[in-house]
Amino acid sequence: MKQDKKATTPWNDQRMEIVVGYLLRTGVLLSAAVVVIGGAIYLFRHGAAPANFHVFQGELSPLRTLAGIAHGVLKLSGSAVIQLGLLLLIATPIARVLFSAVAFAFERDYLYVAFTLAVLGVLAYSLLGQGH
Amino acid sequence: MSILLFSLLVLLGSLLAGFLGSLTGLGGGVVIVPLLALAFHVDMRYAIGASLVSVIATSSGAAAAYVREGYSNMRIGMFLEIATTIGALAGAFIATRVATSTIAIVFGVVLLFSAYLSIKGQPPVNADQAQDRVSRFLRLDGSYPTTQGAEKYTVHRIPLGFGLMFGAGTLSGLLGIGSGAVKVLAMDQAMRIPFKVSTTTSNFMIGVTAAASAGVYLARGYIEPGIAMPVVLGALGGSMLGAKVLVKARTRVLRFVFSAVIVALGAEMIFNGFTGRL
Repeated sequence: MKQDKKATTPWNDQRMEIVVGYLLRTGVLLSAAVVVIGGAIYLFRHGAAPANFHVFQGELSPLRTLAGIAHGVLKLSGSAVIQLGLLLLIATPIARVLFSAVAFAFERDYLYVAFTLAVLGVLAYSLLGQGH
Repeated sequence: MSILLFSLLVLLGSLLAGFLGSLTGLGGGVVIVPLLALAFHVDMRYAIGASLVSVIATSSGAAAAYVREGYSNMRIGMFLEIATTIGALAGAFIATRVATSTIAIVFGVVLLFSAYLSIKGQPPVNADQAQDRVSRFLRLDGSYPTTQGAEKYTVHRIPLGFGLMFGAGTLSGLLGIGSGAVKVLAMDQAMRIPFKVSTTTSNFMIGVTAAASAGVYLARGYIEPGIAMPVVLGALGGSMLGAKVLVKARTRVLRFVFSAVIVALGAEMIFNGFTGRL
């Protein structure tokens, strides 16, 4: 649609956008479901305890790392399952970028493959380059 | 307050924020941080972390509906995301280094500014048909559906727009908001992209921009599951509800009321920042 000569190829921009739209919605619904399950466990176990989020203790949390989250999920910790759902949520737009890189490669649009990989590099640095 | 009651109240507040944010187009993220920090006395860092992940949920959840209308331009989005993600990373690093009271003041100023933009309204941008060489090279030119059939457009002042997008990303990473208003401003006013294309493409970019600072937030412990859980679920539910009634609602009045709320919250954030209470 955006480039007339490519409008007839199976991988035009419009089709890519529609697939991406569904990809995003599926990711969001999946992660919301995991957050709901984790939230139920969390509230069942800790619902009666007093809420104290006034003081920041984030640097002590084991749920700052992928390994810490995986460890907690295996023990069926509610907050770890919530964190897993949030991780899936963060991964959803990243999956979209990954998909776009492949789709641009199918369109043989190497300039945009490069742009997409640049964005992916920044995202990878943020998630993996924090000295986990 | 017990965790159960806290979760329920935060869920309701976020539901309302997501609902009003999607109805008025201002986004729910801008009120979630002040709501958590001022009403629930949640530490600013936890508030920002929860708001940021809720922004990913609401923007990604809305994307499927936008895409079907055929307005968003994936190339413009992807190209500008280079600027917004690098900006978001920078913003997240700044957030971990400055005092929370400073962040509160910046947040308040951004709230006042976005209320001003929302009430003032944007001057209509003249459709500029002249070709732009950079836009052609980057293949950003596109077309969008109108009642008179497909309308072509081209993109102007790309370096300026790219720079503004870096700023939008920095604000997003610093404050845990989508900063959709700045993104739309950059595309619509600076780059002369049609308004509908600007808003839908901006929505697309918000999730990726937020994901870029989310990694830093996670590693620093800003994302606390006990707070993020009710915020994400509430904001997501509220924005989906908002999208359903959007067509019927009288948004002019709502927009004005919501802007007034934002002004009040902005003033309170600045006050609390200066007095060191946040």
